[in-house]
Amino acid sequence: MNITAPTFEWLELAPVLIVLTAAILGVIIEAAVARPYRMVSQVGLMVVSLVAALAMLIDNFMNQRTGTLVVASMVLDGPAYLAWAALLVFGLLSLLLFAERRLANGATAFAASAAAVPGSLPESEAAVARHEHTEVFPLALFSLSGMLVFAAANDLITAFVALEVMSLPLYLLSAMSRRRRLLSQEAALKYFLLGALSSAFFLFGIALVYGFSGSFGFREIAASISDPVYGRGLLYTGMAFLAIGLLFKIGAVPFHNWVPDVYVGAPTPVTAFMAICTKLAAVMAVLRVFFVALGGERWTWQPLLATIAVLTMVIGVVIAVAQTDIKRLLAYSSISHAGFILVAVVGASVGTAAGASSSVASIVFYLTAYGFATIASFAAVTMVRDAAGEVHSIAGWSGLGRRNPFLASVVALAMLSFAGIPLTGGFIGKWAVFTAAWHGGFAWLVIVAIVASVVAAYVYFKVIIAMFFGEPVAGVEVGRASAFTLVPLVVGAAATLYLGLFPGQLLDLATAVGTFLR
Amino acid sequence: MTIPWLTFLGLVPLVGAVTLLLPVKELARVLGMFFAVITAVVGIVVTTLYVGGAALAEQVPWIQAFGAWWALGLNGMSVLMVILTVLLTPMVLLAEWKLPNAGRWSPQVFVALVLFLESLSLFTFMADDVLLFYLFFEATLIPMYFLIGGFGGEARAAAALKFLLFSLAGGLVMLVSVVGLGVVSTELSGTPTYLLSELAKLPIGTDLGRWLMIGFLVAFIVKAPMVPLHTWLPTTAEQATPGTSVLLVGILDKIGTFGMIKFCLGLFPEASLWVAPVMVILALISIIYGAVAAIGSSNLLRLVAYTSISHFGFMVLGIYTFTTVGVSGSIFYMLNHGFSTAALFLVIGFLISRRGSALVSDFGGVQKVAPVLAGVFLMAGLSGLALPGMSSFVSEFMVMAGAWSRQPWPAAVAALGTVLAAVYILLMYQRTMTGPVTEAASTHFTSDLNAREKWVAAPLLAIILLLGFVPGIALDVINPTAAATISHVGAPDPVAPFGEEGK
Repeated sequence: MNITAPTFEWLELAPVLIVLTAAILGVIIEAAVARPYRMVSQVGLMVVSLVAALAMLIDNFMNQRTGTLVVASMVLDGPAYLAWAALLVFGLLSLLLFAERRLANGATAFAASAAAVPGSLPESEAAVARHEHTEVFPLALFSLSGMLVFAAANDLITAFVALEVMSLPLYLLSAMSRRRRLLSQEAALKYFLLGALSSAFFLFGIALVYGFSGSFGFREIAASISDPVYGRGLLYTGMAFLAIGLLFKIGAVPFHNWVPDVYVGAPTPVTAFMAICTKLAAVMAVLRVFFVALGGERWTWQPLLATIAVLTMVIGVVIAVAQTDIKRLLAYSSISHAGFILVAVVGASVGTAAGASSSVASIVFYLTAYGFATIASFAAVTMVRDAAGEVHSIAGWSGLGRRNPFLASVVALAMLSFAGIPLTGGFIGKWAVFTAAWHGGFAWLVIVAIVASVVAAYVYFKVIIAMFFGEPVAGVEVGRASAFTLVPLVVGAAATLYLGLFPGQLLDLATAVGTFLR
Repeated sequence: MTIPWLTFLGLVPLVGAVTLLLPVKELARVLGMFFAVITAVVGIVVTTLYVGGAALAEQVPWIQAFGAWWALGLNGMSVLMVILTVLLTPMVLLAEWKLPNAGRWSPQVFVALVLFLESLSLFTFMADDVLLFYLFFEATLIPMYFLIGGFGGEARAAAALKFLLFSLAGGLVMLVSVVGLGVVSTELSGTPTYLLSELAKLPIGTDLGRWLMIGFLVAFIVKAPMVPLHTWLPTTAEQATPGTSVLLVGILDKIGTFGMIKFCLGLFPEASLWVAPVMVILALISIIYGAVAAIGSSNLLRLVAYTSISHFGFMVLGIYTFTTVGVSGSIFYMLNHGFSTAALFLVIGFLISRRGSALVSDFGGVQKVAPVLAGVFLMAGLSGLALPGMSSFVSEFMVMAGAWSRQPWPAAVAALGTVLAAVYILLMYQRTMTGPVTEAASTHFTSDLNAREKWVAAPLLAIILLLGFVPGIALDVINPTAAATISHVGAPDPVAPFGEEGK
């Protein structure tokens, strides 16, 4: 048997390696640096590493370094560049929220000692000693590196490993809320159990698809679909199981049940990180698995995904109508957005030579617009507080427009973007995914999506009504945040507006490089 | 380098709105008026240039991947809508000068929102790219939503939401067609385009064309507002301030009829002819229903809202007669209705500011204590009922003539609407203004119109009379566009349009 040694494309891999190295360094910092200096070193390391990774990514892009990496287990193509850039930017913005201490009188949103039983003596001792959970930074960086690999995976095994690297730290992070710790731990447990189950499905799917094609590589799977050796029973079953694993991660109905509980239970900065980055990485993986590996079977999976898209949009928005908690509302809104993204996935439009909307380009734009609006809304969620911490009930947000017109305007802008109202990035994103779906021959799905959009608009305007037309609630204040929160807030709002007015650049870029390398 | 006048025109009020984000507090009104007047001046310059024959079209690529352009242009219809917008906005600001501070929101916000809305409406009327039009069309909902929800009656938040959901639902139906047009343009020509001039050339199939046209039409029916999708308007007008209602009914709702001509007729002539019988019937229902509901209204603001539904019926009837005189009349009606409704709403605003109520039953005998106010009210009302000499008369006559030349019976039904108009206007005037001086009138109407209010009313009435006696100044601008529309649709005028046939 002849085994060739793998070659490593170090330059191309550099962005991932930088993040991974920073995560490992972060662990060492936890062990070696004295407690008072940990926070500053971790935050510094995080910012430096993410900026460096982004710089490296841009350098690679300028030098047009593309191709398959590490024996074709990963691929650096246009969509991978876009996804990595987005992951690094949104990773940086949401990790900045992790470092906010000014809002809660010098404490982060994380438990002083996650290992201590809630309500116990060790917990209060840790709190009195002003301990801080700085492990969250290396954990998040590990997760982020997993996301980077997941979005660029070119075979199923790499995808699975990346999925686990991405998910395991998230299970921990969800459990670390400083307040409402039992809720947080319950959320984490739920997330872990369901996540493990979905991973198992995914793994099973891998095994079945391997059985069909004799390979893990996306290219080889695609080749075996056009020239099958075995019957397609294995493939179809495997495909369904892969879909379950992936759809779980993007929060599509009927695999969405974890989303609201985990979003609410997790510390808000972690929720922001999950809502944007996990979704982004998972959607990219969905696109790769379904377009690259299983593209030849699209007539089989399109009806299935179309059904799921309809369910996801409709159930997402309908249940969102009934929500009275802002984080739950954002959770159901995130589910419905997964549905809107699936609309474009189903279209599987490759675009035309003239540059007409491809599914990938429109989804990249959609996710970017969604990400900026999401980071701004979660930053705002961390800022609205009363004596007991963050105020999550929408009733508590009543009259915010009078108390702090700036914050309320930012939230309103984010809500308008979620609702897909023009002049915001969300509108262009919606219009782009609808165009892609129609191009792919799914005009009826566009009509369903539009109906869902009308209901969704009501949901978001409920928040705006509360903020601007309601009476202020006593005791609810907008906390004075430091730059760690204000930067994501302002960047999110500014980018939402920018993408709404000048979407051309990003759309053109996404269209120009939005083709998968197979 | 040529000056991009159209972009400039739209940007002036936007700059004003942004400036008002600064803490200018007491200066806000003056600053807002300053920007509104500058916009009006630029608007008049643009109109003069247009009438002088200058080519004002602007085209810059906006989203190349999707074939969308920053394309602005004018025709005989849009230039009148521009002039209507730039003239009404400063009048609204002047009329709402004393907007009470009592609400939660400061007048500064009101002024900023009005300017923001003005900018968006101007761009909506000037857009020559379907996506750009859609963008601004939907965006106008944002400032209007806050104008309704932030200022006005007790139930304003609910009214604002109702307005928003109706408009948004209509707009999103249109989005289906907008998306479809982009896809169709790619399939038919190889490259995506949203440019109106390019789209009009595409050989869109009959069935698809009809479906796409319906998408646009639904949005415009909601906007116009036509029965049965009109229910949001009376609620909204009742709750919003009179100034907001002027902007909504006088300007924004015109996008409905404007869009029917520019997009439905312009892009889908065959489908528009196909749908015409339905539209004519809907228009007649709107005319009669609006008039009857106005007669039965006990609230003045609601009453004017219903009269508008009736008037919009006339405009739609004019469009779907497919005669040059009908379409011309319709476009002229859009202009006239803007001014006459503004006059009515604003005078009612003066009444409300004195009496503190908009209920018809709370008035009576005002004529004796505030004769100038009553006189202005009567003039505005007569303009609403299209008395000869008032501008509305000309346009209403043209619409009826157009309808008659196509088929007599719609004109006959519409004529019933003009009779009913006399009833609702004169009844309203009689109930509120004439009769013995009531206690309410003598206690609340201690002052007649003040100087500021006269400055609002005088120009409006002057315009109404001017256009009534010299309609040619507007019709000369309108007629070429109307004729071009009719020839594009391919429905030649019936012979002898003025009633000579049938001998």
